[in-house]
Amino acid sequence: MKGRGTALLTIAVFGYAFLYIPLLSVIFYSFNDSRLVTLWGGFSLRWYQALFESEEIWSAALLSLRIAVISATLATILGTLVGLGLNRLGSFRGRMLLTGMITAPLVMPEIITGISLLFLFITLADWFGWPASRGAMTITIAHITFSMAYVAVIVRSRLSGMDQSLEDAAMDLGGRPMRVFFDITVPMIAPAMVAGWLLSFTLSLDDLVIASFVSGPGSTTLPMLIFSKVRLGVTPDVNALATVIIVLVSIGVITAGMIMHNKEKTAETGHG
Amino acid sequence: MSSKATMGGDGRRRWLRRALLAPYLWLLLFFLAPFGIILKISFADPVVAIPPFTALLDWSVSGLAIIQGTFDNYVFLFEDNFYVTIYLSSIKIAAVATVLCLLLGYPMAYFIARQRSALRNLLLLAVILPFWISFLLRVYAWIGLLNNHGVINNALMALGIIDQPLPLIYNDFAVYIGLVYSYLPFMILPLYANLERLDLDLHDAAADLGARRWQVFVDVTLPMSIPGIIAGCLLVFIPASGEFIIPALLGGSDTLMIGRILWDEFFINRDWPVASAVSVVLLLILVLPMIWFQRLESRQMESAT
Amino acid sequence: MMNDEMTSADESRNTDLAETPWLDPEAKPLIQIQGLTKKFSGTTAVDNVDLNIYRGELFTILGGSGSGKTTLLRMLGGFERPTEGRILIDGVDMATIPPYERPVNMMFQSYALFPHMTVEQNVAYGLKKDKVPSGDIKNRVTEMLELVKLPSLAKRKPANLSGGESQRVALARALIKRPKLLLLDEPLAALDKKLREHTQFELMNLQEDLGITFIVVTHDQEEAMTLSTRIAVMNQGRFEQVGTPGEVYEYPINRFVADFVGNINLLETTVVSSAGGQIRLACEATGGELTAHCDKNSAAGSLRWLAVRPEKIFINKEPPLTDDRTVLKGIVLDLGYFGNLSVYRVQLPTGTVLQVSAQNRHRTARQTVEWDDEVYVSWDIASAIVLDR
Repeated sequence: MKGRGTALLTIAVFGYAFLYIPLLSVIFYSFNDSRLVTLWGGFSLRWYQALFESEEIWSAALLSLRIAVISATLATILGTLVGLGLNRLGSFRGRMLLTGMITAPLVMPEIITGISLLFLFITLADWFGWPASRGAMTITIAHITFSMAYVAVIVRSRLSGMDQSLEDAAMDLGGRPMRVFFDITVPMIAPAMVAGWLLSFTLSLDDLVIASFVSGPGSTTLPMLIFSKVRLGVTPDVNALATVIIVLVSIGVITAGMIMHNKEKTAETGHG
Repeated sequence: MSSKATMGGDGRRRWLRRALLAPYLWLLLFFLAPFGIILKISFADPVVAIPPFTALLDWSVSGLAIIQGTFDNYVFLFEDNFYVTIYLSSIKIAAVATVLCLLLGYPMAYFIARQRSALRNLLLLAVILPFWISFLLRVYAWIGLLNNHGVINNALMALGIIDQPLPLIYNDFAVYIGLVYSYLPFMILPLYANLERLDLDLHDAAADLGARRWQVFVDVTLPMSIPGIIAGCLLVFIPASGEFIIPALLGGSDTLMIGRILWDEFFINRDWPVASAVSVVLLLILVLPMIWFQRLESRQMESAT
Repeated sequence: MMNDEMTSADESRNTDLAETPWLDPEAKPLIQIQGLTKKFSGTTAVDNVDLNIYRGELFTILGGSGSGKTTLLRMLGGFERPTEGRILIDGVDMATIPPYERPVNMMFQSYALFPHMTVEQNVAYGLKKDKVPSGDIKNRVTEMLELVKLPSLAKRKPANLSGGESQRVALARALIKRPKLLLLDEPLAALDKKLREHTQFELMNLQEDLGITFIVVTHDQEEAMTLSTRIAVMNQGRFEQVGTPGEVYEYPINRFVADFVGNINLLETTVVSSAGGQIRLACEATGGELTAHCDKNSAAGSLRWLAVRPEKIFINKEPPLTDDRTVLKGIVLDLGYFGNLSVYRVQLPTGTVLQVSAQNRHRTARQTVEWDDEVYVSWDIASAIVLDR
């Protein structure tokens, strides 16, 4: 009996090590003074300095952030509507199609999404003259499209665990439908919407394949820049960039985890 | 009183129905329509023009619309074994990676589900954290590890275990590692969600009736975790089949994955009709698993209400 | 103890000792619980408990939530390990024996039917684990399903069963292994009233027919009273009292038991005098002196409680003519009509409210006693219980 416990523990430890060792290695070597990335040449912050001074990295980062914020916000709104619709409305015309369209992006290989959207934009430009040129806007549109699928799943999942009689109670007490929606429903799905926004933001920030297809001259996103640099192997400034991202994301996730943990505790015990 | 509630409910529903038009139309335009276009282009001829393919509809001299298309592209795909081999190779690699993910992910999910609540959340967070870090950067991290003068080879050589660096990168092996590494959280999360919901009484009941620990697992836990297993496998297999980044960064020239071929066909050969045909065929291959996944999703949603 | 224990002992000696093995010094208990304790980080769920349970008993552990009864049951089943003490079944120490090797089976409160197996497969599961040949398994499963009256449901899945049917499948699954001991966790909790009554009798008959020892854990004292040969009233990890339903109901040893099992009126009193089996108590709540029967003599001024069950109290518009009763005057505050009986809340001039219940012996739709009526409540002196804690 005890043997089983240790076997499980060993696999778990191996699994976690597997997940984290590459990240730790990148962080470690970002401080490497040597240009030959994995030959240790002493501790140095030069790559961080190079990162900080790099025009192209900054402009790519800012572009990516802009696109991420806009696409995340719109994706959250649209995705929440779909999540609400599928949960609240019974059967309606086109329900099956909507369900299909909102589930497919979750597993669709990015390369197909990328090519198909590029063709769409070209055809639209051919027929209507819009979009005149591809770039930030087309990337944003693409990101909204696949991100809303994730938001919809998260919101729907939260809704299905929710007690609908709360809304009926509110209406019974005199609340009009729109008021009830904003006073009761929205606060209850707010955590799901926030999670959806964060997920969309991350997916947008990280997207390489789709952006590569639907982008245009002058619009290089951060992942596109990184990819062009690393195609040929490991580069030290990318290590520094990666470390920065890893640290930022870790702080974000851990903070979010702590907030959620405290919320759970307060909910359980009635006090923090 | 009750009529007021239903009226309110109906009012809400009407509003929602109308509001739903926005995402619906969006998806129709930006998700569905593109597939129609890919299909159309797959029947076109490549042309040195912008766009580099012939139009589907053309106006003939007499003013009638002619549909000109060709199956050439599809024929080309299946003519020599090249593409067929690549499709099969992609599926094989994706399938093997899925199984590896399952073998590592299931014990991890099981381990996490068994812990006390506080530790559980922490462990789960630790699984999710890498997922939020850029996919690209995580794959990149492995380059540094697997390189000829990367961390692993350096360590092994320093320890004297080998004197020549092992070819750990730019081959199928590295691709498998990359796939398992990147998709592991996608396997663990649905597995965990399923295992966490299992009724512990069932385990006690089985033990009470004479089942030893491993029998409880085989008789109760495993059969009941099948929906989670299927969800996890589909969530890994389907996108992995069309994966581009991992074979591009970690694979060798003989690593045949359709995602990479597609990219090359598109950006390098500039043969858009063939690229379209390749995409269509890939979609056809994946359509059944995608439908399976979608039904699993909706069944899960319905049963939870 | 302060109550008339001698009478009950006399009665018992006259009955067949086979029916009351706990009184037979020669009898070997099937289950021996010795000094059993279970501590969870900080709290003690089960506190140094001793008990003997005999073969053929339908023994009930009665307690509220947090009393430790479920933990005790789980230790018997092998799902929790005791912190201290031991459990012996048929003389064998269960300390090192895991649940799948104990001669014990459990019926879970949630029934815990395997949702991915049919009824048949569920019931057969235990036998398969014992490697019983498949021909035998088939026969025994059919037999068992007939016994619990579900012969036609063999191929159904648990999701398609009603509450009562699920329970019987759970029972069949546990009983088919012919364990020495069956543990039942709140067996009637999930059933509606009619079904509960019906199942109560079925359980008792089943137990008699099969001769298996049952240990039931419940919070429902009605259930405990009807089902059991003996009851243990559990509170905060300890047994307050162990006895037959009659003993526990009519001769509770402390206020907790008196109040937990059934309804009771509790009056705080001080001893005035006690001699020769009679005790006089001064009671502020009733504004006078009360007399009761009591074996032990107590010092004057000691604190005692007088407890009287509502059904032992007579309620009338006129004062009773018989002697040997405690009589008090009061006004009817509330009245509840249940058809077969009526429950009255009578307020005494001191403000104390007594609960009285009376069978509606005469067929009349009109009440003889109404709200705000002046009434006389009385009880036989022998009906009162004197408690020192």
